[in-house]
Amino acid sequence: METLWFILVAIMLVMYVVLDGFDLGAGIIHLWAARTEGERRTVIKAIGPVWDGNEVWLLAAGGTLYFAFPMLYASSFSGFYLPLMMVLWLLMLRGLGIEFRAHLEGPVWHSFFDGIFSVSSGLLAIFFGAALGNVIRGVPLQADGYFFEPLWTNFLVGPNAGVLDWYTVLMGVFAFLALASHGALYVATKTEGEINSRARRTAAWTWWGIAFLTVTSLPITLNIRPELYDNYRAHWFGWLIPLMVFAGLVGMFYFRSLGNDKAAFVSSSAYLAGMLGGAAFGLYPTVLPASTDPRFNLTIHNTASGHYGLSVGLVWWIIGMVLTTGYFVYLYRLFRGKVTASTEGY
Amino acid sequence: MESALLVHRLHFAFTVTFHYLFPQLTMGLGLLIVILKSLALWKNDDRYNVAARFWARIFAINFALGVVTGIPMEFQFGTSWARFSRFAGGVIGQTLAMEGVFAFFLESSFLGLFLYGEKRLGRWGHWWTAFLVFLGSWISGFFIVATDAWMQHPVAYTQAADGSLALSSFWGLILNPWAWWQYAHNMSGAVITAAFVMAAVGAFYLLERKHSDLAKIFIRLGVVTGFIFSVLQLFPLGDQQGRLVAHQQPVTLAAMEALFKTDTAAPLVIIGQPDTVLQKMDNPIVIPKMLSFLTYRRWEAEVKGLDAFPRDQWPDNLPLLYYSYHIMVGLGTLFIAALLVAVFLLWRGKLFESKWMLWVLLLSFPFPYIANTAGWITAEVGRQPWLVFGLLRTEHGASPGISAGNGLFTLLGFMGMYLVMGILFLFLIRRELEHGPDIQVR
Repeated sequence: METLWFILVAIMLVMYVVLDGFDLGAGIIHLWAARTEGERRTVIKAIGPVWDGNEVWLLAAGGTLYFAFPMLYASSFSGFYLPLMMVLWLLMLRGLGIEFRAHLEGPVWHSFFDGIFSVSSGLLAIFFGAALGNVIRGVPLQADGYFFEPLWTNFLVGPNAGVLDWYTVLMGVFAFLALASHGALYVATKTEGEINSRARRTAAWTWWGIAFLTVTSLPITLNIRPELYDNYRAHWFGWLIPLMVFAGLVGMFYFRSLGNDKAAFVSSSAYLAGMLGGAAFGLYPTVLPASTDPRFNLTIHNTASGHYGLSVGLVWWIIGMVLTTGYFVYLYRLFRGKVTASTEGY
Repeated sequence: MESALLVHRLHFAFTVTFHYLFPQLTMGLGLLIVILKSLALWKNDDRYNVAARFWARIFAINFALGVVTGIPMEFQFGTSWARFSRFAGGVIGQTLAMEGVFAFFLESSFLGLFLYGEKRLGRWGHWWTAFLVFLGSWISGFFIVATDAWMQHPVAYTQAADGSLALSSFWGLILNPWAWWQYAHNMSGAVITAAFVMAAVGAFYLLERKHSDLAKIFIRLGVVTGFIFSVLQLFPLGDQQGRLVAHQQPVTLAAMEALFKTDTAAPLVIIGQPDTVLQKMDNPIVIPKMLSFLTYRRWEAEVKGLDAFPRDQWPDNLPLLYYSYHIMVGLGTLFIAALLVAVFLLWRGKLFESKWMLWVLLLSFPFPYIANTAGWITAEVGRQPWLVFGLLRTEHGASPGISAGNGLFTLLGFMGMYLVMGILFLFLIRRELEHGPDIQVR
């Protein structure tokens, strides 16, 4: 039962990164790829109807994590107190940047909200990458299951590490590039003309960065946490995940050079899902490794809710997800196709 | 400010109080907008659509602020109240996760369609989006109130070996009687806020001699729903809530009334200042025997005072609890009086000419916000010193490793952000009021 909920929470987080990832990415490239008021309005309209729903995957995943693994929620959220609060501030600023843009006219106001939207999107991507880096590197868990990390110490990977060290910063940059590319491919599928070609160019040069970091981060990561390799050694089907990452990476390059934006976007989604899935597969059954002592690792077993609660939760979770899938299919079908500055909405 | 516990409490109190200024309007307005959209369909009168469109824009601004200020609430359970989360997450994780799965997806998916899809969806389609947004916000409200109700009156749990709680009955949690009375009381409060705001905007436009057609719709709907829900709010909803407190948390009742000594035929204090040092009431104005009657339906019944309970179980901020409770009840009573006059004038067809009554309606819109906030302060301060009543004391719920310095850093950050957001909010609302209703879809 704990394993099942581990998979379900991981799926919700992957959904979050793939879906909100493209509107975060659209935010990252917003100031560069969209120059005129018409182009910027086009980007906002491309994500306007869906961004809030995408972000809900983070809230729902957080709620589900709280419900399924309360000890993990308590430990990680209090341990990452400062960066999480900053993520909250960024999420708030970004939401208001998008929503209030439609309520105020005038070039200064629009530049103001565009700037907030873009900067907060970029910082969020970096924070999320650094968060994943922290989970992989491990945190200084104590015997009582709690820890507290300052934002940074000496930027070295070690038992006294802060939230930011060279490894987690690297992962932050990685996430920034990966989501910028993901967002660029999404913007390319939804737009035409100048903005479309700028988005494609962004996807083209970020691809090289992503490919480079994919190849180099693997040995670095395995050096920092060799245990990640154990599950792959034990279960052959785990190798399907790196295969998916590789296929996604190749697909992004190939389909983009053919000018097939949709297929390139799907490849990018597969790539992101593979990267996260691969990390989750390697970590299992640990959910938060301790850098202090492996006995203090938080695992699915020592953090989970009671069995009855987890079973009854499965019933409403499935009902809720069927409904949610329905809303998303309806919404994305309704807003399918290219948008322009004069499209109705936002 | 050197106590981390105090900082965490202020942190949560500040962020949740600011947050709830927005959902209390959107939950109530959600219902009023559905009523407007229904009237438009039923009477085939486009003025109601114009009215709904105007309120949708006010709704959108409030909703955006409600969403962004709501996200920190869920997160703070983990960041600042980690030991509480570990203790109770096995039970209230259910309601909090269900809120995300059943309410947030629904709201976020259909809000954009409701705000920007009127042309695309047609009359019935647009009615449905309004309804689904309303439904989502009310589902969200239920799961949050159910979580709080469980903290007030914990049910359906078993204790594991490590001390943490596990759910023992799903329906026991969902059907917690406290949850349903508190939910009804809370939602009725939200409708009252929205009704007063709607009537106030209508009164403003009539006094300014602008948009008078629509202003009359606003006033009529606001005054009538406001009156109905103000009456319901006192009886049966507020009365039932009070009786639950009296039976399940008698020490809280004694503190709310500042009843220091156990008394038979206890009087109800209308106004007076509690002196916690000498343990007496200064300058009281009372209704004799009324407290005994309201609590036990008998004029001579004994009501337990604070002296019947050990000192370490008294709510730790008695004056705040006493005042917030009395402010809530006092304002609730005044709402009924004011709206009774307004409904009477409406019935006699004189309301729209009664300038003084329009002024009363215009100036009264802040008070339901105060009453709702005071009500929540009563609920939360009244539960002290417990985080989960009878099971977990507040000082045992905070995160172990967050220093007061780190907590104050983020509290100041939130204060700064909310100040700027509050100013921006007022600016945007003023712009919408200035702009007024649109006849065409914008």
